[in-house]
Amino acid sequence: MIAARAGSVRRAMACACIVVGATVAVATARAEPRSGIDYAGADVRAMQDDDLMNPGMLWVERGAALWSAGSTACAGCHGDAATSMKGVAARYPAWDAKAARVVDLEDRIDACRVERQRAAPFPRESEDLLALTAFVATQSRGMPIAVDVDGPAHAAFERGRAFYTERRGQMNLACTNCHVDNAGKRLYAETISEGQPNAYPAYRLEWQSVGSLQRRLRACLYGVRAAMPPAGAPELTELELYLAARARGLPVETPGVRR
Amino acid sequence: MAFARIQVAPGVKRGDAVEVRISIRHPMETGFRVDDGGRTIARNTIKEFVCRYGAVEVLRASLGSGIAANPYLRFYITAVESGELVFEWIDDAGERGDTKAPIVVAA
Repeated sequence: MIAARAGSVRRAMACACIVVGATVAVATARAEPRSGIDYAGADVRAMQDDDLMNPGMLWVERGAALWSAGSTACAGCHGDAATSMKGVAARYPAWDAKAARVVDLEDRIDACRVERQRAAPFPRESEDLLALTAFVATQSRGMPIAVDVDGPAHAAFERGRAFYTERRGQMNLACTNCHVDNAGKRLYAETISEGQPNAYPAYRLEWQSVGSLQRRLRACLYGVRAAMPPAGAPELTELELYLAARARGLPVETPGVRR
Repeated sequence: MAFARIQVAPGVKRGDAVEVRISIRHPMETGFRVDDGGRTIARNTIKEFVCRYGAVEVLRASLGSGIAANPYLRFYITAVESGELVFEWIDDAGERGDTKAPIVVAA
């Protein structure tokens, strides 16, 4: 009786192993993107999951105040961001017909400031631009990234892909060398992630602040000792577009927390 | 800009331990860093933080250069009666911040 039961347990375990094996094979074949939060430690995950512990929410709340501040407030045209901005961040970077180029969320907010609000644009990485971008992106929290790269944005997407796969800098490394070939392995004390963009603007513990995806990209370029395009440069926006296309299906986590 | 987010656990009865959580926007500059020109960045941390429950001071804390930016504090107080929690802090630059949160206690 006991032997028979042990046999059936063994059979069940064997079946389970086959099922697990099949799942892994499918995952590899489809190359499902994995969010950076999967590579983070339990403490960082806990910080991101709890809205009061997540310091990024301080920026989001400041963004909410900016959204409805002043005589030409964002809310004057767009109303309640919870409905009007829902899903917007998941579609950015996107092609802007008027500017005839790909723009990211920061570009879009600044364009609105200049053209509609008749105000000076916020400088890149300024506290106000980060706050407003984080606030707008948070309205898409949990929604899958779904950028369009088949239309007029296609050429920019291809340039972004080329940037991602080209070796550069004194270290002669392409983004792919770490984030595709070695994702999940260790680099000193860090686990190399896939370099997914779905948490940004994110609170980085290293920065002690919220920062944009472009800031993170520039930090990576600094790390491989490559030339750093200035914040807002088209190369970086096109790279953001490629990254978003690569991350399609991953939920927006803004404001994410990263080391 | 003095700015904070607070959470006081809801649904408490007299005598309960109530969880209070606060997250404060502050750079907590250590005084050990230098800027791009090599000049020391002046120390600026929250030197004193006080929480009052009605007229009673329930927490006083000195945060130093060992505390990260945007400090997050969590502590417990004993529910006595409905009222207001007042939080006040001052940093090394002399800037003050304050905020309030209601506390509702069922008899």
